[in-house]
Amino acid sequence: MASVEGTAGAPAPAVPSGQPVRPDPIFRRVGTWFRNNEEHGWRWGARIAIYLPLAALIFAVAILAHKAWPAVRVNGWYFLDGKNWTYGQSYGAVVHTDGVAHAQGSQFGAWPIIAGTIQSSVIALIIAVPLSIGAAFALTERLPGWITRPLGFAIEILAGVPSVVIGLWGLLTFGPWLAQHIYPALADIAGWFPNVEPFSFFRGPTGAGEGLLTAGIVLGMMIIPIIASTTRDLFLSVPPLPKEGGQALGMTNWEVANRITLPWVRSGIIGATVLGLGRALGETIAVALVGGASLHLAPNVYQPFGTIAATILTQLQGALTDGTGFAVATLAELALVLAVISVAVNLLARWIVARTSRVGAPVGGA
Amino acid sequence: MTAVATPPSAGTPAPSPLSAGPSTRRRRMGSIGFRTFTYLALLLIIIPAAWILLGVLLKAVGHWRWDVLWTKLTPAGGGLRDQILGTLIIMVGVLIIAGSIGVLAGIHLSEMAPIRKNGKRSGGFLRTSSDVLAGFPSIVLGYVGYTAFVVGLHWGYSLLAALIILSIMVIPYIAKTTENSLRQVPTGYREGAEALGMTMGYSLRKVVLKSAAPGIVTGLLLAMAIACGETAPLIYTAGFGNTLSHSLTHADFPYLTYVVFTFYDQPNVQLHYLAYDAALILVVIILLLLVLSRILVARTQRHAEGARTKSRSPRSPRSPRRPKGGDGDPASEGVDVSGIAART
Repeated sequence: MASVEGTAGAPAPAVPSGQPVRPDPIFRRVGTWFRNNEEHGWRWGARIAIYLPLAALIFAVAILAHKAWPAVRVNGWYFLDGKNWTYGQSYGAVVHTDGVAHAQGSQFGAWPIIAGTIQSSVIALIIAVPLSIGAAFALTERLPGWITRPLGFAIEILAGVPSVVIGLWGLLTFGPWLAQHIYPALADIAGWFPNVEPFSFFRGPTGAGEGLLTAGIVLGMMIIPIIASTTRDLFLSVPPLPKEGGQALGMTNWEVANRITLPWVRSGIIGATVLGLGRALGETIAVALVGGASLHLAPNVYQPFGTIAATILTQLQGALTDGTGFAVATLAELALVLAVISVAVNLLARWIVARTSRVGAPVGGA
Repeated sequence: MTAVATPPSAGTPAPSPLSAGPSTRRRRMGSIGFRTFTYLALLLIIIPAAWILLGVLLKAVGHWRWDVLWTKLTPAGGGLRDQILGTLIIMVGVLIIAGSIGVLAGIHLSEMAPIRKNGKRSGGFLRTSSDVLAGFPSIVLGYVGYTAFVVGLHWGYSLLAALIILSIMVIPYIAKTTENSLRQVPTGYREGAEALGMTMGYSLRKVVLKSAAPGIVTGLLLAMAIACGETAPLIYTAGFGNTLSHSLTHADFPYLTYVVFTFYDQPNVQLHYLAYDAALILVVIILLLLVLSRILVARTQRHAEGARTKSRSPRSPRSPRRPKGGDGDPASEGVDVSGIAART
């Protein structure tokens, strides 16, 4: 604790009458002045600092929009639903559309990339959400502390491993292992089912392990720490009394979990899930490594595909060869689409979580 | 709570309530199945995590040379001295820039934002914008840095552009952890400081920040871990240099993650080894940061607990926890990993 000499401010208090009031020495006056005005420094510093994230956001979106504007005008709706991505002839004639120069024959349809982003994120969620919830139950309800604490730390480590390291492992170790041991069996199982949409995606050649499913699994592993740690905290926030009451009524573990714990924190889990979805959408390096960096739709889940983030990373070199600069503008448009998607997902998560903290207030109260 | 109602066998007058009827058996099977599933889920998370760590460790240890740490990179192999130093410099730079701004922003959110009717500080759309920035894809930020700084301001690939972009990336995260750890400071401390006549600024510096320091430092450490493991935005802003440059702009800057990202498929086997060495060094740095933050968190909890009047035992997993308030602030226990996870 700070000592009493910190009592600043109050101009010289009651001095016993008769003694002359000596002015404080200069250093003490400086110190007093500093203490009295320190608050302004903190306040102004904090005020400036808190506006910086907003400024950065506006700056980023403005730069992207400015850079992407020619591409938005020329590509039009084809950008969102077209399937063909070619840079055209870089040494050929330069064509002008609406006054914007671009290479002849260039065509930018980003639908395969946008679809790949959504597909891989959905696979990641399908894997990550049940595992995270199950693991959070195991960590909070089932196991003794001497096991859960190291395991919780292991999940934190998984969160901390750089995505490029996970990507490298996925490319050189995990992907080939999956392609050798898991995927053929999976394709066989898919063969038992009728050849319709969801199952037909799992048929066909299983490739070498670089592809949509591998990327989805790796992405799932990367968002598990987010969802699992949030879910664990949520479970810990459920008061024990309702759970114990349920057990006293003879409910099994599963019934307590399904009817008391999960409803209590449901919207919080949804919020965490959407947060994880945001991360999966924006993940770059790992997907660029294990996804195969394709610009086409994957014919089945084992084949290479591309996401928006990975494409921005891998296509810059190619785009820079376009002398008109139109390809780079198109990449900016791609970045803008990704930014809009992730901001929307984030706001959705925030909205859900904000609703949680109102609705999910303890009913029975501990 | 309505869901608690109806213990399944309540309504029907069963002949013998204890006999193992089909419904009871199904319920027991359900319970066993659920329990198995939770353990299985935990295993399915832990095994890949261990696999990654062991895989990196084993592949690097097989041909580990200590002089990787202090020799320079050459086309034939060599070491990673400049890359390690570059990563450390980036981390320190981010610590200075993002640390000061992020902590100040956190102070604003916790201490100065206007108080709403329900007694919580709002921060309103400034907080929202900070959260949205936290979820902004790093590759997009990297592209913005490339467009604005590398090309727009003619800095070229440079350390400064990388530092600015990485700082923007981690500021929201530091602000959040700072805010959360400031909230943990017991009200009694603030009231005591006020009762002693301290000015707001003085008590903030001497009392509030001091007792929140371990939590804030934890946030800073994790932000450094993010900066250390980041690749995508660095490729767009820092480029990649083989040697450490002495200028902030107009010089490609070396860092470790690029080595991992590109060297694994070079024709030279020595470079493959370097990729794994770089991965191992990165993991070791991050492990150190995590362990350090863990120790700090343990100290924070001891501190907070001793200071609180209401004692609670965070050790026991069943202990009733303070119901979450506000916008679902996590923190409070353990390291909040949601920010550091899967960034890139």
